[in-house]
Amino acid sequence: MIGDSARTIRLGLKSLMLHKLRSTLTTAGILFGVASVIAMLAVGEGASDESLQRFRALGVTNILLRSTRPPDTQQSTQQSSFQAMAFGLLYSEARRIKNTLPEATVVQVREVPRNVTHGENFKSTIVVGTEPLFLDVANMSIGEGRWLTDTDVLHQSNACVLGASLARTLFPLENPIDQTILAGAEDRFRVVGVLKGQGRAAGPAGTTYDECVFTAISSSRRRFGDEIRTSSGGSFKNERVELHEIKVRVESEQQVQPAAAVLREMLDPAHKQLADLEITVPLELLRDQERQKRMFNLVLAVIASISLLVGGIGIMNVMLATVTERTREIGIRRALGAKKKNIVFQFLVEAAVLSALGGVVGVALGMIVPWGITEFFAQKTIIRPFHVALSFSISAFVGVVFGIYPAWRAANMDPVEALRHE
Amino acid sequence: MDTNAGLQATASDAVDNRRPIAEFRSVHRHYVMGDNVVKALNGVSVQVREGDYLAIMGRSGSGKSTMLNILGCLDRPTSGQYLVGGRDVSQLDDDALSDVRGREIGFIFQSFNLIPQLTVLENLEVPLFYQNRVGPESRAKAEKLASRVGLGGRLMHKPMELSGGQQQRVAIARALMNDPLFLLADEATGNLDSNTEREILDLMDELRQEGVTIVIVTHNPKVAERADRVLWLKDGVVESLTETERGKSHGASA
Repeated sequence: MIGDSARTIRLGLKSLMLHKLRSTLTTAGILFGVASVIAMLAVGEGASDESLQRFRALGVTNILLRSTRPPDTQQSTQQSSFQAMAFGLLYSEARRIKNTLPEATVVQVREVPRNVTHGENFKSTIVVGTEPLFLDVANMSIGEGRWLTDTDVLHQSNACVLGASLARTLFPLENPIDQTILAGAEDRFRVVGVLKGQGRAAGPAGTTYDECVFTAISSSRRRFGDEIRTSSGGSFKNERVELHEIKVRVESEQQVQPAAAVLREMLDPAHKQLADLEITVPLELLRDQERQKRMFNLVLAVIASISLLVGGIGIMNVMLATVTERTREIGIRRALGAKKKNIVFQFLVEAAVLSALGGVVGVALGMIVPWGITEFFAQKTIIRPFHVALSFSISAFVGVVFGIYPAWRAANMDPVEALRHE
Repeated sequence: MDTNAGLQATASDAVDNRRPIAEFRSVHRHYVMGDNVVKALNGVSVQVREGDYLAIMGRSGSGKSTMLNILGCLDRPTSGQYLVGGRDVSQLDDDALSDVRGREIGFIFQSFNLIPQLTVLENLEVPLFYQNRVGPESRAKAEKLASRVGLGGRLMHKPMELSGGQQQRVAIARALMNDPLFLLADEATGNLDSNTEREILDLMDELRQEGVTIVIVTHNPKVAERADRVLWLKDGVVESLTETERGKSHGASA
């Protein structure tokens, strides 16, 4: 039986070779269907994987509260040169959060932009003042030396920890540990540790934590104060921000939503007017992303069905033509002992071979396209073997389904009539 | 016509111990065309025994084609019986009839009917393919039969690369592939020139000498006179069943 099938497949190929152009055009329908499904899935998977990873890096049990600069108004720009604009989270709010959510880990973060220099090397970056628990909450780890301790906070020490890429920038050849760096004009810090590289882990606006310097929050406050002078568009602006971020980590995913609700209720009234607070719940983003992905897959399934339907109709059309053209062959085969089912099988195999050929080339094309997208557009793509197998089997299945009617028609011809056919 | 004037000799004259190959027992085949019933065959009885060479003649509309179709198990009688090798096949279903065609009957057609995209060898193997008998043996057999009909070196050719006479030789070899009970030829030489026609008829004579049973449907007297007996059909009934000169001499020598 296996030998017979191989023979029938070979026969099918042979018959298809009789009309190379026609067969090629017909398979093209399936080909592009399969290729586009694989390519789209790969791009979709890549994009959603990227954002899922980003949201995971934020921590699925975290709630991130960020101070945001209020939208510029006429009034605030006029004020700016004389008076610091105060906005964002307050130390008192951090304390209230700690009291309200005693189970949660609350980490305060201050972000002060500074030029950081060591000898000839310098980088314009952000000095992050924070607490020892930051390391856990941000899912980071120490590469060399040590991290900040409670003692550093207590003594407002000059210890600092460098992000991995900042360490490379400032100390391309030396060991950074125990070296001194200069932040801004006069503030010196002693490097006590270097973080492991985080890759694309989230960081303060415009940078990643890999490029930042970390110090105790008390040191940051003492050295830099709460007023920060920034320059934008040639004019200086003074801003007064106590805390740039409060990271809240709850104990389990189940507690994320209730805690987020509590925090919103607590903080929204004070910050609504200025719109200077942004609450990010990575878990919500994650869920949104997953929902989006399901939606995307659904849309994709519809597109795939349509393209495969079109391809299938093409196959049916060609198979009907083939059956008509080969009426006499069918008659001959019937006269020589072929049963109806033999004829059905022969034409089904031919239709399946036709669409499977499209499937094979489609799979190849569908794998090349995402590669090209990754290569030329730097867009991450992921090809899942399951998707490839699925698209291919659907293509073969389409061939069989749309081959049924032509094959049935072939088999049910009257052999006498078929033999008489010119 | 000479053959018409021949003796009304049938096998019933003497006890015939040869195996019955194909037998019509009062076969009717009626077609319903609207309100009319066309009686293409209206009670035909004839027996073909092993080694027979029977020609079926008749003008168009005589029921010749209908008889051919029923003989070839491509059609079923409306009533009456058709026995192949002693077995009544008149009520068999489509699959069973396909099997009878595939095992017991060797078709030879007027227009050769080789499958164009297949090679000679593959064409020869088609009848065995439907009986799951394709393999080294079928290949050996195809080679043997191809050389038997004088086409030993053409196994890998496509039908279009062969002359009409060569194609018909392939078709004859194909008809023999399944060791059929009888060859059923439909105007086997109708598409050939007279030289080739003679060659093909000679080949069939040789086969007949080797004991192959042949039934040939024709309107060509030259073809019919090669047979032992000629059955004349007219309006769906047997007008005459006569022994030819050749048949008489065979009978004498047998």
